[in-house]
Amino acid sequence: MSDGELIGSYIVPVHPHTVLAPEQNEGWGRLRAAYDAAAQRIKESEADLLIIYSTTWPSIIGHQIIADPNPEWVMVDHDFHELGSIPYSFNIDEKFAHAWNEANEKRGLKSRTVAYHGFPIDVGSVVALKLLNPDNAIPAVIVSSNVYANRAETTVLAKACMDVVKATGRKAIAITAMSLSNRMFTKPIEPKDDRIHSLKDDEWNRKILELLGEGRLEDVGQLSRTIHRQIRVNKVVAFKPMWWLSGMNSNRNNLTGEVLAYEALHGAGGAVVHLDPTPSGTGDIEYDEDDVEYFAGERNVLDGDQFETQDIESLKVEVPLGKPQKNGPALWEPTESKDSVNSEAAPKPVGAYPHARRVGDLLYLSGVGPRQPGTNAIPGGPIHDGDGKPLNYDIKAQTQAVVDNITRILEEAGGTINDVLDVTSFLVDMDRDFQGYNEVWAETLGQVGPTRTTLAIRALPTPIAVEMKVIAKAPKTE
Amino acid sequence: MSKGEIVAGCLAPHPPHLVYAENPPQNEPIAEGGWEQLRWGYERLRESLADVEYDAIVLLSPHWQTYIGTHFLGLPNFKNLSVDPVFPNLFRYHYDLDIDVELAQQIHDRAADAGLAVTMMKNPDFRVDYGAITTGHMFNPSWDKPLVVISSNRSRDYYSVEVMQEMMIELGRVTREAILASGKKVVVIASNSLSHRHFTTESAIPEDMSKEHITSHAMHLWDMRMIEYFRTGQAQRILDEMPEFTEQAIAESDGGGLSWLLSTLDIPTYPGILHGYGTIIGTGNAIVEWPARNHKEASE
Repeated sequence: MSDGELIGSYIVPVHPHTVLAPEQNEGWGRLRAAYDAAAQRIKESEADLLIIYSTTWPSIIGHQIIADPNPEWVMVDHDFHELGSIPYSFNIDEKFAHAWNEANEKRGLKSRTVAYHGFPIDVGSVVALKLLNPDNAIPAVIVSSNVYANRAETTVLAKACMDVVKATGRKAIAITAMSLSNRMFTKPIEPKDDRIHSLKDDEWNRKILELLGEGRLEDVGQLSRTIHRQIRVNKVVAFKPMWWLSGMNSNRNNLTGEVLAYEALHGAGGAVVHLDPTPSGTGDIEYDEDDVEYFAGERNVLDGDQFETQDIESLKVEVPLGKPQKNGPALWEPTESKDSVNSEAAPKPVGAYPHARRVGDLLYLSGVGPRQPGTNAIPGGPIHDGDGKPLNYDIKAQTQAVVDNITRILEEAGGTINDVLDVTSFLVDMDRDFQGYNEVWAETLGQVGPTRTTLAIRALPTPIAVEMKVIAKAPKTE
Repeated sequence: MSKGEIVAGCLAPHPPHLVYAENPPQNEPIAEGGWEQLRWGYERLRESLADVEYDAIVLLSPHWQTYIGTHFLGLPNFKNLSVDPVFPNLFRYHYDLDIDVELAQQIHDRAADAGLAVTMMKNPDFRVDYGAITTGHMFNPSWDKPLVVISSNRSRDYYSVEVMQEMMIELGRVTREAILASGKKVVVIASNSLSHRHFTTESAIPEDMSKEHITSHAMHLWDMRMIEYFRTGQAQRILDEMPEFTEQAIAESDGGGLSWLLSTLDIPTYPGILHGYGTIIGTGNAIVEWPARNHKEASE
């Protein structure tokens, strides 16, 4: 059996309007349409398990997991009972529930399964399952939100869940039933008058959705406590579902996100968001991190008048030629010959070869990577450390740096980037990086129009993800 | 029509462990006992009121949590199975309770006139919260008196304890007015614990009393401080210290029940009778009766 995996995540709203009254307000209708679109995506996926973390099921004694294979009852919301009743009958994966419970205990969590006739499935789970899995075709599992759980406990809950997903070979989808801002109007309102409770709540909701739209789930998790203080009513369950969902996604920040809808539900912020695990091509770093090797910003903030931008040469690291570096092979001076073209503005070779060689009307460039001249730093970060441990990196930044290095070599030869005729590109991780690489290509060399071949290879000599082999027109010589 | 009367006000907490430990026929799980100090406290409360005539029970439950104002059960009867979503292993209770819809509507209407957001709950599929059922059972196991069940408006969560208390004092005032105008004799009950910090683990035998105690000394001190005020007729001090008590003891007074109760009793200056105190999964619980029938002059 192959390893299981998470094939998608969804964030969905909890209030019953999307089930009981989508026609009463255009926004509620748009949320319902987004719910239906999400359901269609799930149906067309290979998903064989839906995992729901619901903020409307608080627990005290650890976490609780529904293990009744077919819970049936009628749900009426405590506040919105006038909208009507929701009968439910769900298909619960009892075996997975028990396995998750055991995995929780192995990881030190307090946990138990719940399988009692008449147990009240919470409104968030009922709404999510009714709309995302209307024919019960995919078995589900539901977990409570512990009121005392901190980030560590909530993250471990996700890790234990993924232990079971992987071990059982499941294709799972994770769902958080939650509001963004959860401040509702404290009086009844007419459906037509619904709007987000305040401008502040709306602004925060849009910040959250901007991050989620960029696939930056871990960033939202990191901001959870701030978000809770800013736009959340002090209910027992804090803004912790993002901790769980980020944990389910290996705390990544480069998912492919899409906001399907964002609307008000009696003043609260309701959104349907799809997070695809496919890397977005952006760096997997936190929102306030710059992935740089050397700090080149302003430090002399108290002496602003005297401040001058530091010469990058002053930061230059002396690397003895012929001696291996900590994270890569030794650097060489480029070889010189009658037809060679070498540039001080290009990174040093990792062997005995020139940057380029002129033959007739053509210029053949040696493979060009993203390393920076002088510092040897890799924009977007290296793909592994000196011990070979994989690191997160930004393929877009690396690709842009390759193009910049090609430009420098061509300019050294008296030409420009517009002279490029043919490119062979090498990627060490085609699945992860092709999209980001392709986007930068389209904005740079794609505008020039050379032929192109892209290959996946196992490794490059330095810890980089992309390299290009270029043939260009040679500038006419005097 | 003769003037209505509040014959007693009670603080009567609702942890489902108490019903579980009583083993009534309506509850599915079976226990070996436990939490006797509190169950005996409920016995004393029932005995205290055994010879008192009254027509209805008005109960505010912290576990019917509403965010859009205050709601009232608005149909004559509710019959269903209540399973506690937090302690389903202890509480799966088949209930059948009657509502005094007329009195509920009267309180509702006066609250609306006072500017409070109120709603009558008339969905027959609605499941009554386990807190109302637990207190209802422990206070009156025969279920032979109709109830008015009032939700807990979570205005504290939106604003502050102070705002919550202002609203609950106003709700208490109109509740009192409605009861007096109704011509009925009524017991008013706030169904909440005092300090409310739980243990996050449960012993293998939930009723193992060797494991039961208050979660911390600080919680104990707050509970004793409040009980001292109860016993010495210092209701105003309770209201004055409600913000600190609610925040520092993580008290279940955040649901507004205690403030509402004291307001319905017109902020009593006579002593409350402490029928029992004990802890349940670490939370502090007191059963207190204010025998308003014996202190009519206090609110004339």
